Amino acid sequence: MALMKPRAILANAAVVLLTTLTIAPLLYMVIVSFMPRGESSNLPTPLWPSRWSLENYHELLVRRLIDGAWFDYRIVPALFNSVAIAMISTLLGLLLTVPAGYAFAKLRFRGRERLLKILIASLVVPGQVAMLPLFLIFKQLGLVNSYAGVILPSLAGIFAILFVRQATLAIPDEMIDAARIDGASETRIFVTIVLPLLTPIVVTLSLFMFLGSWNDFLWPLIVLADQHLYTLPVAVAAIAREHSADGELMMAAAVVTTMPVLLLFLAMQRYYLTGLLGGSVKG
Amino acid sequence: MTRQERAAWLFSAPVLAIIALVFVLPTALAMALSVTDYSIYALADWANLRFVGLGNFVDLFSTPLFWRAIGNTALFAVLGVPMAIGASLAVALLLNDATVRWKPLWRVLLFAPYVTSIVATAVVWRFLFNERSGLLNRALATIGIAPVDWLGNPHTSIPAILIFVTWKIFGYNMIVFTAALSAVPQDLMEAARLDGAGRWGRFRHVTLPAIGPTLLLAAVMSVAGFLQIFAEPYVMTLGGPAQSTTTILYFMFDEGFKWWNLGQASAVAFVLFLMILVLTMVQTRIGRRYEWL
Repeated sequence: MALMKPRAILANAAVVLLTTLTIAPLLYMVIVSFMPRGESSNLPTPLWPSRWSLENYHELLVRRLIDGAWFDYRIVPALFNSVAIAMISTLLGLLLTVPAGYAFAKLRFRGRERLLKILIASLVVPGQVAMLPLFLIFKQLGLVNSYAGVILPSLAGIFAILFVRQATLAIPDEMIDAARIDGASETRIFVTIVLPLLTPIVVTLSLFMFLGSWNDFLWPLIVLADQHLYTLPVAVAAIAREHSADGELMMAAAVVTTMPVLLLFLAMQRYYLTGLLGGSVKG
Repeated sequence: MTRQERAAWLFSAPVLAIIALVFVLPTALAMALSVTDYSIYALADWANLRFVGLGNFVDLFSTPLFWRAIGNTALFAVLGVPMAIGASLAVALLLNDATVRWKPLWRVLLFAPYVTSIVATAVVWRFLFNERSGLLNRALATIGIAPVDWLGNPHTSIPAILIFVTWKIFGYNMIVFTAALSAVPQDLMEAARLDGAGRWGRFRHVTLPAIGPTLLLAAVMSVAGFLQIFAEPYVMTLGGPAQSTTTILYFMFDEGFKWWNLGQASAVAFVLFLMILVLTMVQTRIGRRYEWL
């Protein structure tokens, strides 16, 4: 490493310090989740486990017989529900919004501009306004307490349509027109010409959708009353409101909820951050 | 209909239909619901539903907890928006410094809290904020500060939640500002430097005008975001202590799904919507005045 000026050393040290402070709560969450039961409330606050223990995860994840009745925190079913719901809403979301985004960018149809204006304007309306009547509508339709009830609202991807449209605008019209002259059908043009060019954007969008669905809280809390259908955030919130004193157990629950998406993000961070940066920053 | 038109509708009609069902229709119904006395009785039998005009709003405006919720939410926004945007901008400026190495690594790590579940990290921070054994008070003790009952004291509950929220979200706007900063004209910066402009002068007259529109958009979105705080008090404080963290959405959720006063809750949702709309319009107007939009 070449010699650094004092200012450079200061700037780098500040960045390292800030990053350490930012990551510390997540690291501490992992460390505490491996402490023996009750250790984290000792004084002075322990920074490291006296021994590494899996008992919190065992307590949290394994079903056991207490006084003749099965008891568990329903975290395993919640994990399964979260994975299933996030995957289904991502797949259906892509299927619905990517073609629509393309249509709004490249296909001429009556009312396109007006619809586009309405979509953009509707971004100002907070989703919570729709939630109360939506609950009543879903109750009539029998969708309360079902996967479909959680997934359906997440498919109204106005942001996703606009995101795909923006990316599609960059594709030159000539490519599409040339295929039209060659007699390719509109569906074929979309699938064989446009979709391959949109692949990076679709990967980015699917990450946004998966993480959005995984972390979604208020609507699943409203629409799911059956504990067996709870997603992870809803299940964790329920445990947190009842077992607030149980530090190690709660940290284990937080690890189970955050680690899958954190690892997914770390593995795919290039797609995620370029999606946000709009490809303007490198290195 | 042309071939293109048919394809366009085939591609966009399904998602537009879903948007109409789960967003447009319920939003319109929310207005209708807010002028009824829809409650648990109507939930059992529609025949119990009555039109009450603006009665819900009159009731609401005479409910002390509603005003408390408005005040708490306003405090969240007034303190939180500058805090979160300031943190994002400060870190983005720091990372933008030419001497900083391994920028992509820091960016990823600093962004990480943003992708985590609010509920799970709220649980973690509630643990860190613990008065007796929390890590935060232990750290403060090393510099001689007496333990603070962060979430148990009505005076510190909102600042504590804001520390958590800022930690959770600053990474997002940090990335957005990083993109904006990379578009700041370097030749202009160089010219200002040659003219003897100091660090602050260059920031004020070169950087700030260049990132103005981005800053404004971030402010608008942050205000809307802070007005919609719900999960944090739901998990960390249950709206307390002494109702000091009961927000508008928390109030709406309790009203609607704990007491099943859906008419009343819709009126709350409507007020929230109007607040966001008005604030967005005001901010856009301010932005226009300074030619940022």
